Amino acid sequence: MIIRKIAENIVSPLGFTTEENFASVMAGHTALRRYDSLWDLPFPCFVSLIPDERLDAEFETQVPCSTSTVYTKFEKCVLLSATKALKQCELDAASDRVVFILSSTKGNVTLLSDENPDIERVTPAHTAQLVARHFHNPNTPITVSNACISGLCAQIEAYRCLMSGQYDAAVVIGADVLSPFIVAGFQSLKALSDEQCRPFSANRKGLNLGEAAATVVYSVDDDAADGWRMLAGAVRNDANHISGPSRTGEGSYQALTAVIRDSGLSTNDLACLNVHGTSTMYNDEMESIAINRAALNAVPVNAMKGYYGHTLGAAGILETLLTMRALEDGIVPGTRGFDELGVSMPVKVSSQSVDTDKHTFVKLLSGFGGCNAAAAFTNPNLK
Amino acid sequence: MVKHTVKLTPNYLEVNGKRVAEAVAGESFLTKLYRLYNMEYPKFFKMDVLCKVGFVASEVLLGTEGGERFVPRSDRAVLLFNRHSSLHADNTFQRTIANPDEFYPSPSVFVYTLPNIVTGEIAIRNKYQGESSFILLPEKSEEAMDQAVARAFMDRETTSVLTGWVEAVSETEYEALLDLRLKT
Repeated sequence: MIIRKIAENIVSPLGFTTEENFASVMAGHTALRRYDSLWDLPFPCFVSLIPDERLDAEFETQVPCSTSTVYTKFEKCVLLSATKALKQCELDAASDRVVFILSSTKGNVTLLSDENPDIERVTPAHTAQLVARHFHNPNTPITVSNACISGLCAQIEAYRCLMSGQYDAAVVIGADVLSPFIVAGFQSLKALSDEQCRPFSANRKGLNLGEAAATVVYSVDDDAADGWRMLAGAVRNDANHISGPSRTGEGSYQALTAVIRDSGLSTNDLACLNVHGTSTMYNDEMESIAINRAALNAVPVNAMKGYYGHTLGAAGILETLLTMRALEDGIVPGTRGFDELGVSMPVKVSSQSVDTDKHTFVKLLSGFGGCNAAAAFTNPNLK
Repeated sequence: MVKHTVKLTPNYLEVNGKRVAEAVAGESFLTKLYRLYNMEYPKFFKMDVLCKVGFVASEVLLGTEGGERFVPRSDRAVLLFNRHSSLHADNTFQRTIANPDEFYPSPSVFVYTLPNIVTGEIAIRNKYQGESSFILLPEKSEEAMDQAVARAFMDRETTSVLTGWVEAVSETEYEALLDLRLKT
């Protein structure tokens, strides 16, 4: 039995399909821009925003729903991405053998700025229910809210839901949209750079935030089936600090070693480690330590934040899908913004794409709350 | 197998179904329990209410379990649930940015605007380096929570799970229903 990807979508400032996103990344584009007073915030910021015009136009024509409801940008992103993914496969989303899993950090938090906020609608659990009902799915949706690792946690939940036989398919959606709440919060933590982020570089100044929604649909299949499969996933805590990573990379190290062990992979199998690479001093340094402790320093490392910024609850799904798509073309995409290595342990990062004949990778993320997640994916057909 | 349960509300604390403490009007019940159980963890006073509720309930639960504590281990997962995520901290932070004339976003408030900070606080206190996760559900559902615990045991290093419902929508409206599950 295998857990196989059967459909996908990415809605982001770089495109509204995985293909469009992949083409933009390969062309070296970024949607990150400097805004001097975005939403009247009293500081400049460097972010990547989904254009409202295109979102509204595609939502109106592609997502059948009642015209009496006014949907938020977050809800539109989630519904549009799921709709576009489900159009690619034969799956009956209304079946009781299908589960919906949502990954988000702040969901509809923007609603809190309303005069009389609809409190019940703020929680991502509400959005998950809205999406499941939209597709007439009868099961209780699962919402994973583990900060920046949520998108990987959601895929690990899907893997377990299917491996255990509880469900036959899982629709996994990750999304976050930006708001004064999120931008001011990260700014207060002094985590933001006011210029293009530079993952793993000596001159990195912090992260950029970005908006995205991404969907992956997994299904149980027999061992001979084609395409991408998820092999293993693990979540580990640093047990060190709520808002800073461990100096020893403990949780990421443990998650990486658990995934390598459980998937039966060796270092030689891996085309790349697609890492978090937020471009904060602490994160990238921590990841270099964890990668070396796990003896994975010979494996090419890449990060997507230079194209999209940190897309929070979407990141784990968006970055997994783009890595899959790139490996189908035999490419490990370059780490946009990288120049001179600025971490204490050796990691094989490159600003340029490199060719590969391997078809397996590990995705790594870490987040507030001391959490870390890793997962392994392979596509035997690419041999 | 369920081993020990704790129920904490603004009015009382129950351990294994037995009422062990009751709130008195005019005092903070959470602070009272912190002192009553000699928790001696000054970071408690920096926590938001969701973390305090989860922290106090987990301390009572783990004290009841007994045995050696605070030794690094990766075989115990922390898996918590609620509906409203970090709503109380979200509202608190929103107030610091709502008025352009009094715009003062506080990092010490912002860090609590994620529900999984409480799982992190419990992991830090107990040196639990295993899986930690926070799942939001549309409503409190024993069935959905039991299924999630069963999934957590699919990590082959996990032999026990500290789990349950932790909700706090204001300083005075909260509930924790925690228990310890052992792999069978």
